[in-house]
Amino acid sequence: MMHREVIPRVVAKLLIPFLLLYALYVQFHGELGPGGGFQAGVIVAAAVILYALIFGLADVKRIVPLRLVEILVPLGVVLYAGVGFAGLAAGGNFLDYFVLDPDPVHGQERGIFWVEVGVLVTVSSTMTAIYYAFAGRGR
Amino acid sequence: MAIARLRNLFALVALGGIYSFMMALALLALDAVDVSMTEASVGAGISTVLLLGTLYLTHIHEAPPTRLALFPLAMSIVTGVALLYGVAHLPPFGDPSTPMHRHVAPRYLNDVVRETGVPNAVTAVLASYRGFDTLGEATVIFTAGIGVMVLLRRRRRAPRDDKQGTGS
Amino acid sequence: MIDLTGTIEPVRAIHGGVVVLMVVGLYVLVARGNLIKKLIGLGVFQTSVYLLYIAPGKIAGGSPPIIADGIVTYSNPLPHVLILTAIVVGVATLALGLALVVRIHEEYGTIEEDEILDRDDPA
Repeated sequence: MMHREVIPRVVAKLLIPFLLLYALYVQFHGELGPGGGFQAGVIVAAAVILYALIFGLADVKRIVPLRLVEILVPLGVVLYAGVGFAGLAAGGNFLDYFVLDPDPVHGQERGIFWVEVGVLVTVSSTMTAIYYAFAGRGR
Repeated sequence: MAIARLRNLFALVALGGIYSFMMALALLALDAVDVSMTEASVGAGISTVLLLGTLYLTHIHEAPPTRLALFPLAMSIVTGVALLYGVAHLPPFGDPSTPMHRHVAPRYLNDVVRETGVPNAVTAVLASYRGFDTLGEATVIFTAGIGVMVLLRRRRRAPRDDKQGTGS
Repeated sequence: MIDLTGTIEPVRAIHGGVVVLMVVGLYVLVARGNLIKKLIGLGVFQTSVYLLYIAPGKIAGGSPPIIADGIVTYSNPLPHVLILTAIVVGVATLALGLALVVRIHEEYGTIEEDEILDRDDPA
């Protein structure tokens, strides 16, 4: 690993909080401007991968353990499907957002929000898991 | 794009990243802001990292071609001619009266704010009108992730183990 | 089937570009023996399809499909949605393919198609 490379380490440390902040902006501003769960998920994964590239795989696994990633991968899909079943439970169709709130428009907003969160969780954790699988190989 | 000629795979991957950014710019010019953003982050970011990771695990140089690839060349050219014939009949570019702009798109664009309160039509269509698509798509990503983990999780085994044990 | 309204130049350029990219991708995919290069060829092929989908969605004088006051023409959001998911699925399949390549390399010690075939059936 590059333990002596000062500049990449400092730059990465400065950059990663902004990357995560930008991912959150992309996620929650995705309803007003360009962006959404997919893009934000990839940016989160990119932040994790940057950390892993600079500080090594062992360090990043202390912060984002493989166990957590493995739980998050299915959790995102379950969250998405759960929104669908919530619509079902509230008396509508599967993935019907109108019934999630007394105000149908608000229900739509709520449904879209949670679905995008599910996508974010799935994409970011899957990309991180794939990177871990590649990087952990052959060491 | 003479990607086909490069034999050093490292340079090839770098070129692929540049190509992705160019593609993102082209998509931006075509008003597809969301898609452009995804292409820039996914194509130029994640794909490049994964390709480099694979190169690290395998060889960086491609073996020289052993034979002249005439048949694939002929096949590609025939396909290209057929495609040219096909695209020549597509409707003109930028014309608002083509069928695809008259079908469901106006409904999405006219009703999206009233029905969902979300001004970004791409997000609304993605998550709400076509929620099933996106659910299936999240499942595809999930499956791919599981597949990669299954393939690469196991430690390197002894060279002459049974070969059926990878579970793919 | 000839356009009577007068051919617009960009359409030829974009469709020609799509066809060129598709042919290059197909050629790399079929002709090259290196498995990683095959996957990159597949990626080029995919991007040509993205372009083919997105290009007709553009309306001349239109703006990105984010609803705002004072804008009347928007580009078609539907192809954007389809391609957005296609890109992410594309990278997922790329990752799966690369994982297979890594496994093949571990098992055979090479990622050249010919050498793999030779090893499988040493004639």
